[in-house]
Amino acid sequence: MPVESLFPRLEKLLPQVSKPIQYVGGELNSQVKDWDEAPESEMVRWCLMYPDAYEVGLPNQGVMILYEVLNEQPNTIAERCYSVWPDLATLMRQHAIPAFSIDAHRPVKEFDVLGISFSTELGYTNMLEALDLAQIPLHAADRDATHPIVLAGGHAAFNPEPIAEFIDAAVLGDGEQAVLEMTDIIRRAKREGLTREQTLLELAKSGGVYVPRFYDVSYLADGRIQRVAPNHPDVPFRVRKRTVMDLDEWPYPKQPLVPLAETVHERMSVEIFRGCTRGCRFCQAGMITRPVRERSITGIGEMVEAGLAATGYEEVGLLSLSSADHSEIADIAKGLADRYEGTQTSLSLPSTRVDAFNIDLAQELSRGGRRSGLTFAPEGGSERLRKVINKMVSKDDLVATVTAAYGAGWRQVKLYFMCGLPTETDEDVLEIAEMARDVIRAGRQVTGTRDVKCTVSIGGFVPKAHTPFQWASQADPATIDRRLMLLKDAIRSDKSTAKAIGFRYHDGKPGAVEGLLSRGDRRIGRVIEEVWRQGGKFDGWSEHFSYDRWMTAAVATDIDVDWYTTRERGELEILPWDHLDSGLDKEWLWSDWQEALSEQDLDDCRWIPCFDCGVCPQLGTEIQVGPTGRKLLPLAIK
Amino acid sequence: MSRQPPGAPPPPIVQRIRLRYTKRGRLRFTSHRDIARVFERALRRAQIPMAFSAGFSPHPKISWVGAAATGVASEAEYVEIALAERRDPEQLRQQLDASLPDGIDVTEAVEAAPGSSLPDRVQASLWRIELPQVTQIALQQAVLAFLLKDCVEVERMTKNGRRTFDTRAAVVSMSAAGAADCAILTVVVQHVTPAVRPDDVLTGLRSVSDLATPVPPAATRLAQGLLTAEGEVADPLAPDRIDSTAAGTSEAVPTAPG
Repeated sequence: MPVESLFPRLEKLLPQVSKPIQYVGGELNSQVKDWDEAPESEMVRWCLMYPDAYEVGLPNQGVMILYEVLNEQPNTIAERCYSVWPDLATLMRQHAIPAFSIDAHRPVKEFDVLGISFSTELGYTNMLEALDLAQIPLHAADRDATHPIVLAGGHAAFNPEPIAEFIDAAVLGDGEQAVLEMTDIIRRAKREGLTREQTLLELAKSGGVYVPRFYDVSYLADGRIQRVAPNHPDVPFRVRKRTVMDLDEWPYPKQPLVPLAETVHERMSVEIFRGCTRGCRFCQAGMITRPVRERSITGIGEMVEAGLAATGYEEVGLLSLSSADHSEIADIAKGLADRYEGTQTSLSLPSTRVDAFNIDLAQELSRGGRRSGLTFAPEGGSERLRKVINKMVSKDDLVATVTAAYGAGWRQVKLYFMCGLPTETDEDVLEIAEMARDVIRAGRQVTGTRDVKCTVSIGGFVPKAHTPFQWASQADPATIDRRLMLLKDAIRSDKSTAKAIGFRYHDGKPGAVEGLLSRGDRRIGRVIEEVWRQGGKFDGWSEHFSYDRWMTAAVATDIDVDWYTTRERGELEILPWDHLDSGLDKEWLWSDWQEALSEQDLDDCRWIPCFDCGVCPQLGTEIQVGPTGRKLLPLAIK
Repeated sequence: MSRQPPGAPPPPIVQRIRLRYTKRGRLRFTSHRDIARVFERALRRAQIPMAFSAGFSPHPKISWVGAAATGVASEAEYVEIALAERRDPEQLRQQLDASLPDGIDVTEAVEAAPGSSLPDRVQASLWRIELPQVTQIALQQAVLAFLLKDCVEVERMTKNGRRTFDTRAAVVSMSAAGAADCAILTVVVQHVTPAVRPDDVLTGLRSVSDLATPVPPAATRLAQGLLTAEGEVADPLAPDRIDSTAAGTSEAVPTAPG
């Protein structure tokens, strides 16, 4: 059944909205495939959504990778959509134009799967807005055979319970193989004429897809969860996360999308490894993406070369959770710098740790011409607190590193911290001011000039599922805001350095909502729905976010926000995500939580014996790091 | 501890090429900034040997001449690029055009005559504006009413806030024609400050008549250049073409690789 493009109707509205180019599609390396390439029962069509504005969503690597992986398959279509700004949403409702993909402007409701990638829980209201604009019922229970399967992925999918009633399914972990396996199951279901319920059951039986409707949750009188159990004999008790083992086999995106519109990351990104075992206790990404799997130096070189040719980008980002930790990073940096010297191509390592080695790397990478900024993340203000969070860097290390950066010609560095970490006191936070002052003084000394600056950037900590801090009490917004103001005053109080230290902060209110959503259970769904009904969307944008709207909705739906955020959980409490298996052993997480409270740090298991976090034996995976000993040879043709 | 970027300064400019390009179809929704980014990347993909500025953040030397507003199509946009190695203009045009998205099409490329300024040759634009669901008669009446006025003021948000300005004085000529289910306005507008854009002209027409535009009209710039004595818009690249013909092709032009 052919599906018509909505573009002719949309085109008439575009002159009336801001930045219309974001709705037009046609990016370099985007593709439009024949909707009816094969008989209906053979076709599987995905609409991939990033639930934020185009400028944020387009550069998302996850969506780009799956878009390409799926489109390479015969009889399989992947198109994309992003959140529509309120100006166009209003016009679409006025003119009864349903939500569309931006590739071929086909109605979202006509696809077999609507796959939504959640990097953050603050995208939940945008999902409801998208479903409503797509004319798809909000609640999974109200959908029928004509509607797409609504699928959640991304880091937030490791606790999808707050959106359990809105999604049909969720996938935990790496998507590359998962989407292909799901495509096969859905194709088989279409061939055999299975009902929606039967199709979802087939997905759930595969063990790697979580289908909330096949799990019942019961509660104790005090509100805690009593039990989460399957209500169907064929579905597993726990759903496991997906892990891609050999990154060199998955060199995606091969043809990165290049937008016409301006976006937040204007560069070609290559993921140099996945996973992190540094063991920072606050870091959900580091916990849920274990083990470490490196892309080889030659694989990286090939991706950079092909990606630059395909895009024309002038910047390459070497992405990972801690890029300087790649076993061959020095050779990678030197090899790429040699290859691209004189081509006006800049290279950057967006995530770096605090040590002098990084300055050498950054210098190597800036040889190509442009010099990128330097950001260091000590995260915690005091030595004691950094032991609690297992971010092992001393103040002396930091001052030495930043001094080296100033010495090497940088004049501005950024320092990133969190506020509201477990066991934190006012004194811990105030030490940040002292650290910044020491950095400036040392910088002035080494450069012999007063022209050195640093920016302290700080945000509220939000405890996340599947981390050692999943039991922790989240600091309330008033405490966070008070400490941030104390810190601001402390930075300003020393006139000799005040002007050299920038201070950027995020107040504690959005963190409280993020905390409610990230450790929430199924009962939180009604708050999300109420917020959306009251006009809430784009919650990640300060100009759209309303704390009061969330708190009013929580009261209206009888939800105690503090119970979900500031309450410390006990060892035996059933957590809403216990039936979702990130590979981490819950006993190990608990013991790591206890060690955090007693200020014991823990080393990285890449270089010391295993300490039984559980991931490798649980998932049949292993750490895959080099070195391979290979080098990048000069390119024959530049 | 150097505050100068390492390495030699960028190579000098050896040739300037002036390009005429279009903004067609869906690509009319690009903003000027979008176009600039699209060009920079297309030039890199096409391996055009651009000249770069010096400093820590070198940029390719590209000079824009005006630009049609977001949502407005054009057959006649102009840009000048500076090269660090000589190239044959027509070969460069083909390479760059192949590297740009459909809709942004490079239609002409000429080597700049030494010492001349392209912006100085752009003074007025010829516009064609389609008004769907408007009759030729209705448009004709509005045009007549407009041309009879000495001053037609409109109001619009500009960079400097809400401003009221005259649209009549900038209009050199204006006429109405008809096509299937739409009227067509042809208008020559001088480039003045604040700019009188096609939508300002339409606002002006609506203000002096009962013209209604139920569907957003679609404007296309057909030409821009100097105004001739006859009130027509001249080709701004014509002097460069004459110059390069006069100079002959004594200088060997290297062939671009690939």
